[in-house]
Amino acid sequence: MSRIVRVISWLYAIAVYGFIFLPVVVLVLFSLQATSFPIPPFTGPSLRWYDAVLSDTRLTSALVNSLLVASISSLAAATLGFLSAWGFARFVLPGSGLLRGLITLPLTVSYLIIGMGLLVLFNWAGLPKSLLAAGIGHVVINLPLCFAIIYSQMGDHQINIERAARDLGAPEWKVLLLITVPVMAPAIFAGFFLSMTFSWDEFVISFLLTRFDTTLPVEIWNLLRSGLNPKTNAVGSLVFAVSIVLVVLFELTLLRRRKA
Amino acid sequence: MSSSANNPLPRAALPWALVTPALGWTLLFFVLPFVAMGLSSLTAHEGGGFTLSNYSQFFTNPSYWQAMVNSLQVTAIVTVISVLLAYPFAWILAEQVPERWQRLALMLAVLPFWTSYVVRSYSWLLVLAQNGVVNRALTGSGLISEPLQLANTRFATVTGFVHFFVMLLTLTIFANLKQLSPSYRKAAADLGAGPVRTFLHVVLPLTLPGIMVGAFLTFVLCIGDYITPQILGGNNELLMPQLVMMQIGRRGDFPLASALSIILMAVVTIAYLACARWLKIERA
Repeated sequence: MSRIVRVISWLYAIAVYGFIFLPVVVLVLFSLQATSFPIPPFTGPSLRWYDAVLSDTRLTSALVNSLLVASISSLAAATLGFLSAWGFARFVLPGSGLLRGLITLPLTVSYLIIGMGLLVLFNWAGLPKSLLAAGIGHVVINLPLCFAIIYSQMGDHQINIERAARDLGAPEWKVLLLITVPVMAPAIFAGFFLSMTFSWDEFVISFLLTRFDTTLPVEIWNLLRSGLNPKTNAVGSLVFAVSIVLVVLFELTLLRRRKA
Repeated sequence: MSSSANNPLPRAALPWALVTPALGWTLLFFVLPFVAMGLSSLTAHEGGGFTLSNYSQFFTNPSYWQAMVNSLQVTAIVTVISVLLAYPFAWILAEQVPERWQRLALMLAVLPFWTSYVVRSYSWLLVLAQNGVVNRALTGSGLISEPLQLANTRFATVTGFVHFFVMLLTLTIFANLKQLSPSYRKAAADLGAGPVRTFLHVVLPLTLPGIMVGAFLTFVLCIGDYITPQILGGNNELLMPQLVMMQIGRRGDFPLASALSIILMAVVTIAYLACARWLKIERA
């Protein structure tokens, strides 16, 4: 009986892994295609489409834009998230539960609607579409994540370390910079890297709020109009690789925290 | 806590200085846009002025209504298939895979989860294209003579969605199964239940609330996504997010787009209320 279960389990797991990896394998494999269509038969391996991506200034500048928007908006989200998490964890504030709820509220609303709202608001305020506008939207979606991660990691033993520093005469800014930030660094970095991942991959908000200078997912979207193309495979594979690096960094910072 | 009472006066302002930037950001760029969208949805596209026509259009124009029906159908199909596929998979990862390999097995299982909707949907387009991998394999093996129309169909949209949500649900259900104390299973076995009965009467009911949370998450993310139906489904049938984007893209009709967004959010809220009530009954 348990033998049969084992065999069926193996077959099922292999089938699901196959389903999950099929599109990724096809994407990466045909990014190495030597001819101009990313469909069977495979004619590579060749790096010509990666060359094509790197010599396309629209794509490379979109890549730089994406990295800029992701790092700056994540820095802002992690900073605002950390400061508010510290405020709520260390001090008794009136209406604390309600205010924490307000900060995490954007998590329950789809990106499309957040983007639509900002588009209508900026349109009324006369603010032009720009990378800055998209970055503001990315802080809106990532601030609740950073806040939730950092807030959940603030425990009592950290309060005691801070109290000791205060008793020894450290002013509040010294406690913050020399005690709280180093102690909370793993959670802050975890929030930062997770935000980077989401901002790097985000499409609909950037699509609605940028015009000429835009981010990489939007530029890839523009490429799709030309149909199936190994160049799209190549740039898609690069985007995927960067996401994986960010996720691994996120995992490592969280793991280090667990061991500590 | 008593120490904070003896602090000098400036300390009283400190906590507010810490939380105000985050609260201000949320109010300014999340709550205020929402209010703007609400006001916009009540103004006429031509000439401004108060009107309810953006909302009444949704109920009177059958093609708008149809987009909502399509969205609800696709979302329901995706949620059911994803749960049915993910549950056994998560169970295998949690019960059959040796403990020390579990973390790696799970990380691998959700690796493609971390790439953007755009790249993931494009990848499925490659797989399902007229002369893509699937059609080549089917014609090559002689199973079919003519390639199937797989891309630009509801089937393609559902496949793209199921791919994403199987990964998401595997994560949540796996976490749920691992939280179950082994003593439940031991108790069931001691009382004479076989593995099948233990699963049906102990494990499944105890993981049901977790499944509901995952299913709700699937519902919310699926019904609000524009990319997957646009890239994989094409324009053969419209889902709600496509309808919203169309108002902005083709006609610059912000009021109608706002009204449709708010209707979409209302549906999600209703689903949430229904789900929350159901969950409470389950736990009682």
